[in-house]
Amino acid sequence: MEGTRLKLGDLQKIAEHEVDFERAFKHRINVCCSSGCVPFGAFDVLKAFQEAVKEFGVEKECKVARTGCVGTCAVGPAVVIEPGDYLYQNVTPDKVRQIVRDHIVLGLPVKDMLYQNEAFFKKQHRLVLRNAGKIDPTRIQDYIAAGGYAAIVKCLATMTPQGVIYEVLGSGLRGRGGAGFPTGQKWSLVARSHSSPKYIVANLDEGDPGVFANRTLAEADPHAILEGMLIAAYAVGAEKGYIYIRAEYPLAIETLQKAIAQARAMSLLGENVLETSFKFDVELRFGAGAFVAGEETAILASVEGRRAMPRPRPPYPANSGLWGKPTLIQNVETLANIPLIVLNGGAWFSKIGTGKCTGTKCFSLTGKVNNPGIIEVPMGITLHEVVFDVGGGVADNRKFKAVLVGGPSGGCLPETLLELPIDYDSLTRVGAIMGSGGIVVIDDKSCMVDTAKFFTDFCIDESCGKCTPCRAGLAKIKEIFEGITRGEGNLEDLATLEKASIYIRDASLCGLGQTAPNPVITTLRYFKDEYVRHIVDKVCPADRCFKNVKEVNKQ
Amino acid sequence: MLREDKRRELLDNFMRKHEYDESALLEILHKTQEIYGYLDNESLMYVAQSLNLPPSHVYGVATFYSFFKLKAAGEHVVTGCLGTACYVKGVEEIMQAVEREFNVKRGESTADGKLSLFVTRCIGACAMAPSVVIDGEVMGKATPELVINKLKLLLGGNKTETR
Amino acid sequence: MSNSTVTLKIDGVEITVPEGTMILKAATDNGIRIPTLCALEGLSNSGGCRLCLVEIAGSPKLFAACITPVSSGMVVTTNSERLKEYRKMTVQLLLSERTHVCSVCVANDHCELQSLANELGVDHVMFERKWTDYKIDSTHDFLVIDRNRCILCTRCIRVCDEIEGAHTLDLKMRGKDTQVIMDLDNNWGVSCSCTSCRKCAKVCPVGAIYVEEEPLARTKHKEIAEFLLARRRR
Repeated sequence: MEGTRLKLGDLQKIAEHEVDFERAFKHRINVCCSSGCVPFGAFDVLKAFQEAVKEFGVEKECKVARTGCVGTCAVGPAVVIEPGDYLYQNVTPDKVRQIVRDHIVLGLPVKDMLYQNEAFFKKQHRLVLRNAGKIDPTRIQDYIAAGGYAAIVKCLATMTPQGVIYEVLGSGLRGRGGAGFPTGQKWSLVARSHSSPKYIVANLDEGDPGVFANRTLAEADPHAILEGMLIAAYAVGAEKGYIYIRAEYPLAIETLQKAIAQARAMSLLGENVLETSFKFDVELRFGAGAFVAGEETAILASVEGRRAMPRPRPPYPANSGLWGKPTLIQNVETLANIPLIVLNGGAWFSKIGTGKCTGTKCFSLTGKVNNPGIIEVPMGITLHEVVFDVGGGVADNRKFKAVLVGGPSGGCLPETLLELPIDYDSLTRVGAIMGSGGIVVIDDKSCMVDTAKFFTDFCIDESCGKCTPCRAGLAKIKEIFEGITRGEGNLEDLATLEKASIYIRDASLCGLGQTAPNPVITTLRYFKDEYVRHIVDKVCPADRCFKNVKEVNKQ
Repeated sequence: MLREDKRRELLDNFMRKHEYDESALLEILHKTQEIYGYLDNESLMYVAQSLNLPPSHVYGVATFYSFFKLKAAGEHVVTGCLGTACYVKGVEEIMQAVEREFNVKRGESTADGKLSLFVTRCIGACAMAPSVVIDGEVMGKATPELVINKLKLLLGGNKTETR
Repeated sequence: MSNSTVTLKIDGVEITVPEGTMILKAATDNGIRIPTLCALEGLSNSGGCRLCLVEIAGSPKLFAACITPVSSGMVVTTNSERLKEYRKMTVQLLLSERTHVCSVCVANDHCELQSLANELGVDHVMFERKWTDYKIDSTHDFLVIDRNRCILCTRCIRVCDEIEGAHTLDLKMRGKDTQVIMDLDNNWGVSCSCTSCRKCAKVCPVGAIYVEEEPLARTKHKEIAEFLLARRRR
């Protein structure tokens, strides 16, 4: 099958063939082999299952498959047995024989190895991660059988580029990279641009510490990204696409490389896509450890092989992007939504989430929470639901203190704001951002002054150094923090901190600098008493600061 | 370790594959680092000449991105993940313990070149925080004791030179 | 460039300039001064120093005048209280970021940073000043770079690349560790690409690059870029 050049009508046949093939199996054993589970022996577990089904003579009725992430990254390796979606946690090779014997042969699921946590999945709504944990990301046939590439077929066979853009506009989809610019509008801008060639850049430079949702997507369902790029290319008239991916993600890189090769071999990428006159090809470009490269204009510089320094807009990339040509830059999560919008229509999509903020959002839920992992929830869900329902509450029975939304340049929100619905505008209003979707739960063992200092440190390290406010201003903020946590602060420092933070937010050149002071601004706004206690009483409520001072005093 | 002429050939082939295109500079630097282990001035100058780029441009790019190393790493490499989740869960204590135990500063190697201690911003194993990477292997839910014991084992029990 | 013109208002003054003109130039050509340290006629624009920030009616954001093109009907404010405050802040940050002591600086009385501080009324620095101790490179026959005085405006890098065509200079590292380098961060004296043309010293707004034993008043000649570029087109 692989390697034959497909025509438009052939995909349906592959899908039917695959479904028939799947039907021959009574059970499907899905072993999560993504970066969260692999370090803990997922590939050994996969091998153990392959051997065990042979040993028990059930290999004809069991399909053992490697899949992507189901989201429960804290209890890996995770294994899902279908039918019934039985999720086994912390599976090791020595447990595999028992699972196969009891569950498959005897029909008795091993209760005490199961992930007993309905709540984690109950409020989730998986659109982007629709195939994650269900299909083998290394087999294009799996994706096709799940309805994949049907959307690009629909576009090529029945829709005009304008028609595609019309659906995307109607869906209300906004960019998932952080800023939330309406996707359809961006596409219209690029489509209207007359210069050629045009380019597409898929942003997979997930540099936020504590965020790994894009990686999960790439490892679990790479073809969804490729199909999204294909549709975007068809709509705006682009011929070449780049996926800019962090070099720190070797498994995701390997998975995408395989997917691109398979898609090329089946003529889903290349000169004549599905034997039509539409042409589009994709190349990977590797990041090299620079958070700022996720910024729209910095990513262009990096793809061109230069220092990832942002440049001012206008000109906007839609008119003048890569090598001065019109360029559409989208986060991979945005792109993975596109096939669904094309298949089901923009109106269908616009009913999910809230009126102004449609669809779902993937989050990396981490920190002091009982169920950390990758989640996908409808827009408009409250922070409380995410932390306490999906997340299962604060870990180790500690007390909730704050939740950081939006990564290192997000905002630290207190308990009183937990009923806030998650959408771009509500978050911005309280000083946080959607960012690329990091939610970190902070308990009473953490100090908010120390936390704000940590994020400032991060932004200092990642600042490109081009503009004065971000380069020099953040460094000054850090010095003030150092004084406060050494016990040398005074109350005037708080006014200086606030003044400098607002200046950096307003005067910086790019999104990094403009959002970098968010943790400082929000902790000053919501946790000012902690600053005051540090300064006046020289007490850190969480006992994290003044440590070096104490050690010096002891000597 | 490959012979020098063989390494040069690998690099030449890779650059040819990219048609000596200056926009592939990051890919070429990745490859160079993969072949040589790090980027020394000699190989940076070679890349600059091959791509017809100003040396300062190549040096500027190589030092902008933290993934590129301009110094040789130690025999063993331990990298602490300083992502948010790991920080919240106490990776800083692990880093300090390693620094004290082996007398090494982050970003540097021990005097005998046996051990390097690096910091990275998020390896994406956040649900297993705190994470530390030792010689390419991720250790999740790490503690100072676990890391130090593992490192002692790797270093053959010989304590590195102390001050 | 097209022949059509655009009419806009800057600080209440109606101005007509060719389409595509940047706000900074439109203002300067019409006698309205907007401070800047990185922009220089004849060089590409960087937009990095943030001194030329202006307000445009209808947007809450601030815009760098050097890189924002004019548009018809635009209403620009260059001198609001907020902008004055921010400019002072920027100058204070530049003064406290590295070692700036005017009385022992070669550029004293000929320094754009110093005169800007005077002009804006910066009479104190609200931040702790950082005294850097970078080694001075005087290995070149007559050009010296003292990175302690550098404000990273990148004029030297741009003039070296765009006007001289040597591209000896570039930046290394990033963020607060950023430095101007020669070639592979070599000493200037052994540079394989420097043509010793001195343009970098001519355009440096402060005392970071200078010619040894030459009075700065004679070295400084920041109009050189525009001068050469204008003639190059012919």
